Amino acid sequence: MPVKEKQSLKTNTNWCKGCGICVFVCPKQVLAVEDEKVVIKNVDKCIKCGQCEYHCPDYAIYLEEEK
Amino acid sequence: MPSELVTNYFRTETLPHIWCPGCGNGIVTRAIVKAIDNLNIPKDDVCIVSGIGCSSRAAGYLDFNTLHTTHGRALAFATGVKLANPKLHVIVITGDGDSSAIGGNHLIHAARRNIDLTTVVFNNSIYGMTGGQYSPTTPTGDKATTAPYGSIDPNFDLCELANAAGATYVARGTVYAVNMLEKVIQEGILNKGFSFIEAISTCPTYYGRKNKKGSAVDMIQYLKENGVMYSAWNKMSEEDKIGKFPIGKLYSKERKEYTEQYQRLIDSLGKERN
Repeated sequence: MPVKEKQSLKTNTNWCKGCGICVFVCPKQVLAVEDEKVVIKNVDKCIKCGQCEYHCPDYAIYLEEEK
Repeated sequence: MPSELVTNYFRTETLPHIWCPGCGNGIVTRAIVKAIDNLNIPKDDVCIVSGIGCSSRAAGYLDFNTLHTTHGRALAFATGVKLANPKLHVIVITGDGDSSAIGGNHLIHAARRNIDLTTVVFNNSIYGMTGGQYSPTTPTGDKATTAPYGSIDPNFDLCELANAAGATYVARGTVYAVNMLEKVIQEGILNKGFSFIEAISTCPTYYGRKNKKGSAVDMIQYLKENGVMYSAWNKMSEEDKIGKFPIGKLYSKERKEYTEQYQRLIDSLGKERN
C-alpha cells in the first residue's frame, strides 16, 4: 500500500459532469458540487480512502502520489 | 491531467466519454481496468470484445487490443479470438439487452462450452442507447418507453441463467460495492473457464427517470441498501429477501475448458497423421 501522507487529492473538472456520486460516497464530507462541477471543500478532513476515485464515473477525481 | 491508471489504460484522447452524468458504466469500466492492473497482465495480452449499446462503447475508450462488434455477437467474436489465440485474456463487455436478448443464445452456448472468457454484463435494466425500451432484465412492473403502463414480462436473473447454462464462475457486483466488483472481476479473469460477472449499473436518464428512482445518487443509495453479500443472503428468511438481491461470488464449479479440449483434439489428429 502506498503511504497515504504522500498522496494528494486532484480533480479534473473538464471531465466532471456534476453527478454528485463522489459527494455521496465521501465518508468525511470533503467534497461538494458547485455550478455542476466537483469542488474540494475541506481537504484537511480527507482521509485518502479513495472512495471518490473508485466511484467517479468520469475519472474526474483521484488520489495522486506526490513525487 | 487524468490519474495514472487512466493514463496507462485508457485512450485519453477519446475522453470525456459520452455516457450521461451519473451513468454507472464508467465505474464498471474502471473496475475492469483496475482488476487487470492488479493482476499485472501486460496490455498486449488482453483483448476486450464488446457488442452494441451504451456499455459496449467502453471498448473504444480502452487502450488494449479491442474489438467493437455487432449487436449481441460479442461472445461469438470473442470465441473466435480465444480459439485463434488461447493465450489472450479475452474480456467481453456487454449490456443486459446485448447479452440476454439479441445475444441470448451466444451467452448460453458460451457458458455451455465453458470457453475461457470473462464476460462482464453492465446491467442497467434498460436499453439506454436507443431511447429506453424495456430489456429482459427490466423488473416486472417497471416502466420503459415501450412499456408505458409497466412491463408485464418476468425479468431474467442473469446469474442463475449463466450458472444453469454451465458457467464455471458466476458473480454479481454493483456500482456501489466497487471494491468487491473489482475482486470478482479479478477472480473471473483467473478462472480457467467461462466466467460471468453481472455488474449492476445505474441509468438515471432512462430507467431512473421513467420509474421515478431519483438522481444517480438515489440509485446508488438503493444499490447500497439492497445488495446483500451472498454469505449473509443465505442466512436470510424468504420474507427478508423481498426487494433485495445477493452480491459477491455466487457459484463456481470445475468443468473441462473448451480451448484445451480443442487443442487436445488437434494434437490427437496430428499424431494419427504422422
